[in-house]
Amino acid sequence: MRSVLFWILALAAVGSSLTMITRSKPVHSAIAFLGTLVSLAGLFLLLYAQFVAILQIVIYAGAILVLFLFVIMLLHARSGEGSVEKLRLQRPLAIVLSLALLAGVSFLFLQAGLSEAPTPAAGMGTAEEVGKTLFDHFILPFEVASVLLLAGILGAVVLSKKESWS
Amino acid sequence: MSDYLILSGVLFAIGALGVLVRRNALIVFMSIELMLNAVNLAFVSFARQLNDMTGQVIVFFVLVVAAAEVVVGLAIIVNIFRTKETVDIDDIDLLRG
Repeated sequence: MRSVLFWILALAAVGSSLTMITRSKPVHSAIAFLGTLVSLAGLFLLLYAQFVAILQIVIYAGAILVLFLFVIMLLHARSGEGSVEKLRLQRPLAIVLSLALLAGVSFLFLQAGLSEAPTPAAGMGTAEEVGKTLFDHFILPFEVASVLLLAGILGAVVLSKKESWS
Repeated sequence: MSDYLILSGVLFAIGALGVLVRRNALIVFMSIELMLNAVNLAFVSFARQLNDMTGQVIVFFVLVVAAAEVVVGLAIIVNIFRTKETVDIDDIDLLRG
């Protein structure tokens, strides 16, 4: 049952991410990316990471992707793709390089030789356990993350002020 | 367990391919997000394998960084569009020698 679900979700994730990088319209790419995000959330559920799966849906699909869609609608951007390529050999070279990357990463992962997963600890992946680990061992990074988010907010406000370029 | 890790490697390679091939800045940006997601999958798989919650907490921090990155990056893209009327990466070559 688990492995059937894994294969369905894995095929959905790979298929929709390939769709994402091949569509010419950014809106189609964004919708395909939504498919990838949802199937990844399903994979997180299979790995006993319920809290992370919910975060994935709420933050990625709910906030980040909507922001992308807003910007796409705002820019109604034409893309010059399909016209003359400035760099010849870019496409074949890119395919070769990413296949090499895939081969290297797979080699490392296979060499790790992971066995069957152990039975999960009680309460693994619940919000309670995530919170305990977060506030027991990662309290300083947690505070730094809030400062980073503040910097992000300020950066967005400063960058989108009209007169910032004058 | 290694099938989850291979899947995360495949997704990362697809994201890298998108960054290298596409010339629309928005799609390049989405490919970067895809790579971050692939890394998240690897973190969660290792958390499951080692029965350790730390991997899942790291995903939380990756999400924070991704959110900050998207906000600033999209603001930069909007600004570029305002000045150059394009989001095509090949058209933005002011630094070309």
